[in-house]
Amino acid sequence: MARFGSREKNRPVPKLDPRITALTVLMAVVLTAAAGRLYYLQVIKHHELSELADRNRIRIQRLPALRGLVYDDRHRPLVDTRPSFDAVIVPEDTRNLSATIERLEKVLNHDHIAEKLEDAEDQGRPEFEPVTVDERLEWPQVVALETHQLELPGVSLQVNPRRHYIYDSLAAHLLGYVGEVTVRDLNHLPDYRMGDEIGKFGLERSLETTLRGDSGGQEIEVDSVGRRLRLLREIPEKPGDSVVMTLDLDLQKAAEQAIGNRAGALVAIDPNTGYILAMASFPAFDPNVFAGGITPANWRALAMDPSHPLENRAIQGAYPPGSTFKIVDSIAGLSDRTLTPETTYFCPGGLYYGGREYRCWRKQGHGTISVHRAIVESCDVFFYEVGEHLGIDRIAAWAHALGLGKKTDIELDNERTGTIPSTAWKQRRFHERWYPAETLSVAIGQGYVTVTPLQLADLAAEVANGGTLYKPQFVKEIDALDGSVVKSFPPIIESRVRIDPQVLEEVREGMAGVVNQPDGTAHGAKLDNVIVAGKTGTAQVVKEGQGVRLKEDALPERYRDHGWFIAFAPVDHPKIAIACIIEHSGHGGSSAGPVVKAVMQKYFEMNPPQGGPPPKAGPTTNPVTQPADQADAQTE
Amino acid sequence: MAVLDRRIVYHFDWTVFTLSLGLAAVGLVSVLSGTWGGAHHGLDPLVVRQLLWIGVGTALMTAVALLDYRALGSYAYLIYAVAVGLLVVVAVAGHSTGGSRRWINLGVLKLEPSEVAKLALVLVMVRYMREEPPRGGWKAHQMAVPAILLAIPAALVLKQPDLGTALILILLTATLVFVGGLNWRTLAVLALGAVLVAPVGWHYLKPYQRERLVSFLNPESDPLGSGYHIIQSEIAIGSGGHWGKGLFKGTQARLNFLPEQTTDFIFAVFAEEFGFAGSMLLLGLYAGLIARGAWIARHARDRFGSMLAIGVTGIIFWQVAINIGMATGMLPVVGITLPLVSYGGSSLIMMMIALGLLISINVRRYLF
Repeated sequence: MARFGSREKNRPVPKLDPRITALTVLMAVVLTAAAGRLYYLQVIKHHELSELADRNRIRIQRLPALRGLVYDDRHRPLVDTRPSFDAVIVPEDTRNLSATIERLEKVLNHDHIAEKLEDAEDQGRPEFEPVTVDERLEWPQVVALETHQLELPGVSLQVNPRRHYIYDSLAAHLLGYVGEVTVRDLNHLPDYRMGDEIGKFGLERSLETTLRGDSGGQEIEVDSVGRRLRLLREIPEKPGDSVVMTLDLDLQKAAEQAIGNRAGALVAIDPNTGYILAMASFPAFDPNVFAGGITPANWRALAMDPSHPLENRAIQGAYPPGSTFKIVDSIAGLSDRTLTPETTYFCPGGLYYGGREYRCWRKQGHGTISVHRAIVESCDVFFYEVGEHLGIDRIAAWAHALGLGKKTDIELDNERTGTIPSTAWKQRRFHERWYPAETLSVAIGQGYVTVTPLQLADLAAEVANGGTLYKPQFVKEIDALDGSVVKSFPPIIESRVRIDPQVLEEVREGMAGVVNQPDGTAHGAKLDNVIVAGKTGTAQVVKEGQGVRLKEDALPERYRDHGWFIAFAPVDHPKIAIACIIEHSGHGGSSAGPVVKAVMQKYFEMNPPQGGPPPKAGPTTNPVTQPADQADAQTE
Repeated sequence: MAVLDRRIVYHFDWTVFTLSLGLAAVGLVSVLSGTWGGAHHGLDPLVVRQLLWIGVGTALMTAVALLDYRALGSYAYLIYAVAVGLLVVVAVAGHSTGGSRRWINLGVLKLEPSEVAKLALVLVMVRYMREEPPRGGWKAHQMAVPAILLAIPAALVLKQPDLGTALILILLTATLVFVGGLNWRTLAVLALGAVLVAPVGWHYLKPYQRERLVSFLNPESDPLGSGYHIIQSEIAIGSGGHWGKGLFKGTQARLNFLPEQTTDFIFAVFAEEFGFAGSMLLLGLYAGLIARGAWIARHARDRFGSMLAIGVTGIIFWQVAINIGMATGMLPVVGITLPLVSYGGSSLIMMMIALGLLISINVRRYLF
């Protein structure tokens, strides 16, 4: 009953009604606003806030890939990566920083810790970031640190992979070094992060992408206090590939040992492939000091050293070739028929030209002399004549054809081009015409002409292989971790100069005479079981005519001439070609000669020449070719 | 009274009852999720207790629904006195947690007298204003008694300190005085006064309360300090998206990025896992309950019942508005529970008793 009458009976309390309505409206507005706000957060801003939620809980940890190893041609490791025990300090966690430093210095027996911390502070590193204060601790230091752990709050040990150059400075310029990626590099290297290692020099730099591999990463879920809860996702790192070099460890060691502590360089290549068998440059450096960050003081010491230890003299040193350039003269003259094997000139010990005397190194002269003896005894007057008859531009054309005065395109940075002067070059460079007298200096490898040791090694290789210029390569293959070959590097022919075999034979015979004839300028480099062909050279440091020629010993060292020796062997089936320079050592035959001899000896010790001692080099080795070929022997 | 009138059962307000239990269920799920530590951990004791409180609360709601709410009018001052007494006991011998003293330890239950105070204040206000106001509405001087009735519990609550509850007490009084018929001009003067008094009020705030206000205005100013809670709550709610991450899959709650996830920030836990759809469902349940409350107020048989219905509806509305406003970053962080959803025996039981009164008011209009 009541239910039906309720509408009638239960009218709202009249006085309250309008105010309840007002309140209801207010509540409706507020609840609608809340709904709107929820729409904004959950629908409009959903994506952004989801990302924030993920960033809250997901920590990404990078797993840097192990850098690839570097092997010599017989798969002996040259560079690897080893764990390094480093001492780190978190300044914030130390109770008393200076006391901790003092104690740590005592424990590690090392006093640069405060300095390292100051450096870090200067770089603006925050207090809570660990600072590496000592690297590559020795085992006793590790033990000492562990035992004193309790007295050293804020100090801990970290194990980091560290690039390790097994033979220290061996082939340092070729192998190069790694360092921490710079802030500037980070801008154009998207895959790198602050603190990553990157190849900075040499092979480490050229083959950075191969060696580095791909870093992996882990996504770890953490709670609000950073506790790790579980692994969400893992991308395993892919270790870098290994590099097998063409370099031979033993040969490299022999070369560096033979150079000793004299400034100089040596390049040994296989004339049949262009593969580099050894490449040495002294003074050198220890790439291990770069791994894990070089200190500013160490860097300054290396960079400012007046002997330029960071420079790879084999490709960055441009020197006058001296008498080694006579090989270019001979090939050019004989090919262009301005010179024949029978041509003779008379050497009285000097030559008057343009009102000035051009001397032969041998004061008493060589008398009447032909090209063979002129190469063997390195007669200057003979080659002044050859040069004069050729003219500078023909010399330059042949030199260029043989790969001088241009980069070899070896995969290393900062290679020098060298200089092969010509009339056009002089016009371009000095806006001046060429004086014929200048040709005489060029003919004996002085004056404007400069070459790198690598270019001269190429020259020796070309004479050895008959005129093929290979691109110098130092990597034979790239291997994956499982040993499979990822990539191999077959020889690359850069150019081929057509040289008449007779011409080649004449030059080779001359070069064999240099070493094997008693009057040869490098008779000391003769080997018992192999016939070595070579050419000495002396690069003047003080320009000719600047004064009376003093005896070498009387000159201060920095004015002494550089000694060259280039060679290949065996003369009939060449396997190795070498160029070597020893700075300020005077005559090449007596300074660079023994170095090359030592390397040759080592090489043939490892690779004995087949069939015992080869027959004596003679005109019979290479049959005379038909005259038709002689017409196009010249390439340029 | 002892005899159960058939009409009470017949006219029982199932709307309020159902909405209340629906909200309690949402609350139970949220408390379960907020305490979930994986299946191997089993149920958290909080969940079991909350379920128990829901049972006790439902029984009390039903019992109160059967009572005649008009009888409460006679006991209003007594109840008020008891509530104030309890607040005094808290101030003297309360159980403190996290720097504030809010509870009386009764063994089985840690009674939170500030929850009792809310309902008691509503009762005493309604009792005081049970008569029609004079023509033109209550004058300012007639509001002196309500002002004192508010000031005593509000001061005690502020002392705990519990800024949230104090705020609710003030808002409830304002709501009742407004609906009860305050003179419009007095209303305007009071509103102006509130604006002028605000800076003085600032002076009396505790440093952490000020910090909360500042960080609310600019949460990014201190993302790891006070602003942290607001930011994390917004992230939780927003990352829920349309449909939510699913039960137990809310990372913000699971990994403890949310503070107070079973009480003040329980809304964020629910919204993260059930998304916009879930938030709308929850908001819809509250809107339904509030609308029903307003409807009951309009249709109550007497002024006392009507005002009481407004008071109960006001408790729900203000707490929901402030709690959700806080969780979504619209209001500063003040500790206020989400009615029927947040964990807590005192608030749940007091809320269900209040809802029982609402049902009672609706039922009684058929009885006299």
